[in-house]
Amino acid sequence: MEAIGLSFIDWVIIVIYFAFVLGIGIYLRKYTINQEDFFLAGRKNSVWVAGLAFLSANLGALELLGMTGNTFKYGMYVAHFYWIGAIPAMLFLGVYMMPFYYSSKINSVPGYLKLRFDERTRVLNGVAFAIMTLLVSGINLYAMALVLHTFLGWNWDVSMWASAVTVAVYVSLSGLMSAIFTEIIQFFLIWFGLFLVSILGIIEIGSLKEIMVRINEFSPQVSFTTLWSTSSDPTQNGMFINWGGIVLGLGFVLSFGYWTTDFLVVQRAFSAKDLRTARLTPILASFFKMALPFIVILTGLIAIALSIDPKSGFKLLHDGGQINYDSALPLLIARYYPAGLVGLGVTALLAGFMAGQAGNISAFNTVWTYDIYKSVLNKNASDAHLLWMGRVSTIVGVALSLVTAYWAKSFPSIMDYMQAIFSWVNAPLFATMLLGMFLWWITPSGAFWGLVAGMSSSFLMYLAVKFHWFAERIITMSSVQSDMAANFWRAWWAWLICAVVTIVISLFTEKRPKEELVGLVKGLTEENYDQYLPFTKRPEFYALISLAVLIVLNVLFW
Amino acid sequence: MSEHAMKPIWFFVGLILTIMGALILLSGIYQLISPPAVKTVLAETHPDIWWGAVMILFGGTMYLKTRKQSR
Repeated sequence: MEAIGLSFIDWVIIVIYFAFVLGIGIYLRKYTINQEDFFLAGRKNSVWVAGLAFLSANLGALELLGMTGNTFKYGMYVAHFYWIGAIPAMLFLGVYMMPFYYSSKINSVPGYLKLRFDERTRVLNGVAFAIMTLLVSGINLYAMALVLHTFLGWNWDVSMWASAVTVAVYVSLSGLMSAIFTEIIQFFLIWFGLFLVSILGIIEIGSLKEIMVRINEFSPQVSFTTLWSTSSDPTQNGMFINWGGIVLGLGFVLSFGYWTTDFLVVQRAFSAKDLRTARLTPILASFFKMALPFIVILTGLIAIALSIDPKSGFKLLHDGGQINYDSALPLLIARYYPAGLVGLGVTALLAGFMAGQAGNISAFNTVWTYDIYKSVLNKNASDAHLLWMGRVSTIVGVALSLVTAYWAKSFPSIMDYMQAIFSWVNAPLFATMLLGMFLWWITPSGAFWGLVAGMSSSFLMYLAVKFHWFAERIITMSSVQSDMAANFWRAWWAWLICAVVTIVISLFTEKRPKEELVGLVKGLTEENYDQYLPFTKRPEFYALISLAVLIVLNVLFW
Repeated sequence: MSEHAMKPIWFFVGLILTIMGALILLSGIYQLISPPAVKTVLAETHPDIWWGAVMILFGGTMYLKTRKQSR
């Protein structure tokens, strides 16, 4: 089933990439002196460095392959993940939440929970995040080996060990800084390595309009080329979802849960040199996030347009009678790229996989070291000891990821649990954060038990549908079903349950004095940051521009 | 503390894009002189040549602008 053959020049490009990232790890080692250098890249990063790293931490190769494949399956509705499903949350983080995160000088998101609530909420979230990170890291490693095996014919063990050892070496040498450096290199490699597919696809088919016309002629009943105009009736769009599921499940809970509380991305903003830079980090990233559909969605639409034209000879791969949607992007690379460019395209995917792995590991080593080890096991650990622990936990984290990857290889259905893992941790945590940051009377007990209820209910809903304890339509409130719609609605219910339990318990339990919450809760904190700047230099101004671009894009593709 | 200031990330990005762009451009020129037996779709537009050149231009500019800077 090998789709892409590599020539000598392609191998040279791949080897250069590996040598480069290892060299960067070794080069940065001498600048990693203390724990702040290792865990927060010295808090010296500019907005461009932090902003691109913020975006790239989320830009894994699995996402590129998966979202291109999802576009083939669901149509243009997948663009909601990049627009309404990301931008409002990123802007909200920059404008409203970042001042509380950054000004409290915390090292991690669970660290905020400790300051705002108590140690048990911090440890609960820290442990859940650490487990989630290792699972995701391991499953990504397995998925990477699967992709490389399927499309390039590479050996499973060599693929997994080569990338795992490379990541372990450069992250253990220089921590978050080397992770950020490789993420930014990955960002440019992805744009240069994959955007050309979109350009060549448009050249082959004729124009963007022609792509849309072909798809609409092929599927006049179910729309694959609109964003909102068919969202009032789930049977009229490829995702089988209505606007309520998109707005509440994706646009609100999943999106805000991920972009405002997932330490993997937020950690990049913590590395900024000052508060204004930290606030601008997600706002700058939002512009590049909005541009990604011009690689991912456009490539998926090109794949649809080619596959419905018998003369093109383009057809997705099949595995055991099932369409392999993830094959869309690799097959387009094989279709358009000659030797040399193939090496660049494969390197872009490899860089995406490895930077994703490094992002997970650098977030894991920080949460483990500060929120579990220092918080529970060794409260008096010195700076030098924590730096050592960061390096050790990096290597242990990579080793555990390898164990998870081999587990996933022998138990492939673990992949099905990926979405459940995300809504298990992030969706309820967003309710806890939102309430804790904006309502002073939310209590530590309310937060803890609300989080427990939200996490448990999310997981139980997933199991209940999977094992047919009750019908999926009870969650989705729709007569037609899709996995994506179920994910959106499950996240919404988990958020709501967490929020309701948190509020109810807070009404009856002891509140923390207001003076202890200054700097942590809106309304109790003086908010005069950036007031000395003219409006055109404030983060709010750039957030408004980003919002305007988002509106224009949604109207254009309505 | 190290004696030398750290190079900015843009220096490394510029370097790797220039190296890769040069390899792709050279590979494209070689394939122009000696065309491969199996051709890709749109091979006649020589995407490796112009895309390699774009990478050299972008990466080279980034490299030259940052080679004397420190973080």
